[in-house]
Amino acid sequence: MSLLELNNVSKTYKNGDAVLKNINFSLEKKECVGLVGESGCGKSTLARCILQLASVDEGEILFNGMALQNKNERNLRAYRRNIQTVMQNPATSLNPKLKIRDSLLDPYFQYGAQAALRHFQYTNERDFVKQLMEAVELPLELADRYPHELSGGQKQRITIARAISLEPALVVLDEPTSSLDILSQASILQLLDGLREQLELSYLFISHDLSAVNEMSQKILVMKDGSIVDRFKKEELFSESRHSYTKELISLYQ
Amino acid sequence: MELTASKFNKTTYITVGLVILLGLPAAAAAYTFLVLNHDPSFVNLNERLLPMSMEHPLGTDHLGRDVLTRILLGSRLTVGYGLLALLMAVAIGVPCGILAGFKGGFLDRFFMRIADAFQSFPDTIVAIVLSGLLGPGIENLLIAIVLVKWVNYARLVRSIVISERHKDYITMAKVNGLSPWRIMSKHLFPHIIGHVLVLASLDLGKIILLISSLSYIGLGAQPPAPEWGAMLNDSRPYFQSVPSLMVFPGLAIVFVVLLTNLLGDYLRDTFDVKKELSS
Repeated sequence: MSLLELNNVSKTYKNGDAVLKNINFSLEKKECVGLVGESGCGKSTLARCILQLASVDEGEILFNGMALQNKNERNLRAYRRNIQTVMQNPATSLNPKLKIRDSLLDPYFQYGAQAALRHFQYTNERDFVKQLMEAVELPLELADRYPHELSGGQKQRITIARAISLEPALVVLDEPTSSLDILSQASILQLLDGLREQLELSYLFISHDLSAVNEMSQKILVMKDGSIVDRFKKEELFSESRHSYTKELISLYQ
Repeated sequence: MELTASKFNKTTYITVGLVILLGLPAAAAAYTFLVLNHDPSFVNLNERLLPMSMEHPLGTDHLGRDVLTRILLGSRLTVGYGLLALLMAVAIGVPCGILAGFKGGFLDRFFMRIADAFQSFPDTIVAIVLSGLLGPGIENLLIAIVLVKWVNYARLVRSIVISERHKDYITMAKVNGLSPWRIMSKHLFPHIIGHVLVLASLDLGKIILLISSLSYIGLGAQPPAPEWGAMLNDSRPYFQSVPSLMVFPGLAIVFVVLLTNLLGDYLRDTFDVKKELSS
């Protein structure tokens, strides 16, 4: 059984624009699946649907074989800890009025007490923050600052720490590096890769940057105008049988 | 650099102002209640309309009652009821605003149509009509003021919540599994508190003016209660012969309204986060 399975998922906006057309794919445990496509092709909408922040019109989204849609918010909350996300813009992902520590502690207060984890061993709030800051390679004293006192890369590390804090099965990475400079991008990708190994996470890595996706993922999906037009394994990227749109994307990055 | 210096000076001025404005009545109160100890409603026609003296620092009124004692005790009515009205308006307005903004839909339309209805008339007119309908008396005036004022808080809070609720950090909190209640209390409340405090401190002055003016026209506190507006009304016939009878309660109102406005400015400077956010 796949960890995440999308069967014929479609979504149409109220104005009649079809944003997702018949999306099918599956994601296995400990796997990183890359999703590439240009801006506006429906990548982020798909992420929102998987995170149950938006509804789908047709098809089903199965997580560990269980359909997630049509659950009410209260029932959904039990699943939320298993599917986390890191968003594109770290500056807006953290509440500007709260110290880093307080933002980090959100998942702890919601689930921390009853969470049985493999890697992390939290005994109290201080310990929770300490272990997470270590996991994302940040000095502990940053936890007592406000988001505006941190750099973009540091903020993104904090949002990663919050996403992985309860060892979710799946993390949806929605362009996690696109608002960072080149050096931070590389170190964030390295950190994410390391954490996946260490915590046995699965990633859905969404990006318009084909080279980053190729570096991170085992399977790659190419999305255009709401449909998946090409799918292949990492090593098949340069194969002749690629879709013309994929070849176009490759040429952009060479 | 210059900006920091001027901000420091301004904050210092406001702090000094607040200390003086709070210290002066405290000293007067200490002298009045510890040394003089007059009964505020004791009528002594032998001592009516006395000028200022050590025994009666602000003189006596037309029934021989000590004016300073009455003004100081009147603060309990004017300022006390003002604060109570404000607290009740905030306690009703803020939750309504958060709910309307966060839930949207029917709840939002419901609260906002009620708010529209109250806001389509000037505050004073609504308060006069309501306290006229409910009958004169400071408790009814309080109800009228709360009904008029909660709307401001509901609207303010709703607009803040609407501007914040689609931001990424709220989405992240949702994905983290936080309940709507926790999102409201932990993530939205810190955005609201500063704005509400500033509006509340500025509103307190307006509410005090409203209580006094409605008491002046006989809709609020009833004699012999030493409410400032009612005291102004009592001393109206003596305005030409003993003007101090009207001047001092009037000054008390000015004093308190000034104090609340300064407090509002101070809080606005303290909670101003625009600089912090833009960096």
